[in-house]
Amino acid sequence: MKKMMLGNAAFARGAYEAGVTVAAAYPGTPSTEITENIAKYDEIYAEWAPNEKVALEVAIGASFAGARAVCCMKHVGVNVAADPLFTVSYTGVNGGLVIIVADDPGMHSSQNEQDSRFYARSAHVPMLEPADSNEAKEFVKVAFELSEKYDTPVMVRSNTRLSHSQGLVELGGRTGEMLKPYQKDIAKYVMMPGMARKRHVVVEQRMNSLKADANELAVNVTEYRDKSIGIVTNGVAYDYVREALPEASTLKLGLVHPIPEKLIRDFAAQVETLYVVEELEPFFEDQIKAMGIKVIGKDIFSVQGEYSVNLIADKIGGTKKDICNPGELPQRPPVMCPGCPHRAVFYALKKLGITATGDIGCYTLGALPPLQGIDACVCMGASIGMAMGMEKARGKDFARKLVAVIGDSTFFHSGITGLVDMVYNGATSTVIILDNSTTGMTGHQDHPSTGKTVKGDIAYAVDIPALVKSVGVNHVRIVDPFNLKELEQILKEETSREELSVIITKRPCVLLDKKYIQPPYTITDKCKDCGACLKLGCPAIKKTDKGMEIDVSVCTGCGLCPSVCAFGAIETAGV
Amino acid sequence: MTDILIVGVGGQGTLLASRVLGNLAINLGYDVKLSEVHGMAQRGGSVVTHVRFGDKVYAPVIDEGGADIILAFEKLEALRWCGRLNKNGRMFINTQEILPMPVITGAQQYPADIEARISAMVPDAVFIDALPLAKEAGNMKALNIVLIGVLAKYMDIDKQAFLDAIKQTVPPKTLEVNMKAFELGYNA
Repeated sequence: MKKMMLGNAAFARGAYEAGVTVAAAYPGTPSTEITENIAKYDEIYAEWAPNEKVALEVAIGASFAGARAVCCMKHVGVNVAADPLFTVSYTGVNGGLVIIVADDPGMHSSQNEQDSRFYARSAHVPMLEPADSNEAKEFVKVAFELSEKYDTPVMVRSNTRLSHSQGLVELGGRTGEMLKPYQKDIAKYVMMPGMARKRHVVVEQRMNSLKADANELAVNVTEYRDKSIGIVTNGVAYDYVREALPEASTLKLGLVHPIPEKLIRDFAAQVETLYVVEELEPFFEDQIKAMGIKVIGKDIFSVQGEYSVNLIADKIGGTKKDICNPGELPQRPPVMCPGCPHRAVFYALKKLGITATGDIGCYTLGALPPLQGIDACVCMGASIGMAMGMEKARGKDFARKLVAVIGDSTFFHSGITGLVDMVYNGATSTVIILDNSTTGMTGHQDHPSTGKTVKGDIAYAVDIPALVKSVGVNHVRIVDPFNLKELEQILKEETSREELSVIITKRPCVLLDKKYIQPPYTITDKCKDCGACLKLGCPAIKKTDKGMEIDVSVCTGCGLCPSVCAFGAIETAGV
Repeated sequence: MTDILIVGVGGQGTLLASRVLGNLAINLGYDVKLSEVHGMAQRGGSVVTHVRFGDKVYAPVIDEGGADIILAFEKLEALRWCGRLNKNGRMFINTQEILPMPVITGAQQYPADIEARISAMVPDAVFIDALPLAKEAGNMKALNIVLIGVLAKYMDIDKQAFLDAIKQTVPPKTLEVNMKAFELGYNA
């Protein structure tokens, strides 16, 4: 039976069909829906872990205990999970262990465009990369077979286009859940120097045999057509190549690490001009060049952004399309939603002239005009460490106008350790935890303080104020951000205090439930056209020829704009 | 091969429209790929969904100059994405204006001459004020199905096939409103 499936749903289906029983992940675009779909299978235990490192450790434990386990993350999540990744490569597995990682060329929803193939190479872990939904499902099954056959974790790489495209998938049945026996094996599973040195030998042997076997693997496909052009390619780039140059011969690498050297040599010998078409880094290209084979790659293609059919047709085929050009247009950047509780915080920070180190989430949008309330954003959890560093570099006076801003889910992910550092090393600045009761940007996933699991079961809700107090923060304030006066007052008090404090702005994401939507507001003839309300950057408020206007169809009645209007001109609409 | 690009603003319901077309194509026995935007771009940003069907579909996205049809939910987005249309392509444009943040803050102007600029490049572009039709059908959110109705009239595919695909795709309790929305679009 064939079914239309999102790439991420197909990965989940692959885990199901492969007999996976344990899955763990932290949400991250474009990987989130893999775990959301896995959670729908009753046969699989699934969890949102606080971060990718914990998620991988859960999957490792499950594998050691004999289960087939899967762990999913976005490319930058591998940075967080890299510590266990590099050593589980040494221990190998018991039940199969597969890590699915989704890259984001073009940075649709990310802070960088790192190429996760290098992780596979430097951790000495094999990596597969499918090109469409059906392969996504099939390659997960192949990954589990390789994992158990070669006693290694296996990575499967996706990207935004694969994860978020739908294609037809041939459904199969679930293979039996094989909970392998658990046996204590200190030499294999306890990695301390004496044991690890021996395991490193095993790792190299395993990768060498995989390298030899890679030439025979069915996931690597040579297709000879016209032999004047031969293209080594992978993943979605293969799809672009097939459409741009339907006559060209292709070698599609389904196993992207280790690369099949003999297959590549044979292919190179058969074609006149050899190209590599791979998005992001010259990963294949450098290795092929090191084999002494002449190949064209990044001399004509960029390491930046996504590739496309036209780009390949132009760079290799020399054909350019005549495109109509719409000219310069106003951009439409993403914005905080009408009724977003974060808006008030950034409005207040800007108004009070406070320096704010930011973090990863919807609230990163607070950096855009007109709010511009964030000074820096690097990675998950970094706001707190960066505030600490700013304070230590510029002194306590600077810290009187300095805050770190971090979301609730991000705080659990990697903010807690930063806060402990602040307590331990005597910080005096302020941390604001934006508690909107969800993981917002990735589409409303639960986390340790929402009281629910990914399966929808009731869970213990970690108490953020109690947690913060317990590590030694003496000044903890909780405020509804829509109470702007109180928020500003607390911000002034806590930033000026020469001690560390935490402000928790508590108000659920307006999109979580219809009950958070109130009757809309409207602008009355008391309006003096001063534009104060426009400084909120609310998409529901606009300036027209007739003055300010609130779009009642999108206003959620949050009540923030009346509190910034000096003339009392904004009232509840009579609709 | 048929390539349809659906463009609009995050929250307008473009995703559901693409899924209706996806189901339509599957029912007709084609290979299909749909490409969507999730995450950051959904927060009121410019969104685009790609629908491709035919005997064999490779690339999940429609490149510049590749679309046979552009179905635009918003006027500025229609202009922004018109470079994706091929030489013989058709455009169907909802004339609704949704102001982007740089316009709201006064940093940039919403172009006043969008319809003229599009018509200069795509002479047979179809402009339709679809939001009132969605309201007439009973829910502004049915805008996507009104526009599917507009499209259905011009496509060489049986009307019933569209109706079946809509039935398959929309939540059952919204079916009546959506059927009405389709007819209003189809007869507009």
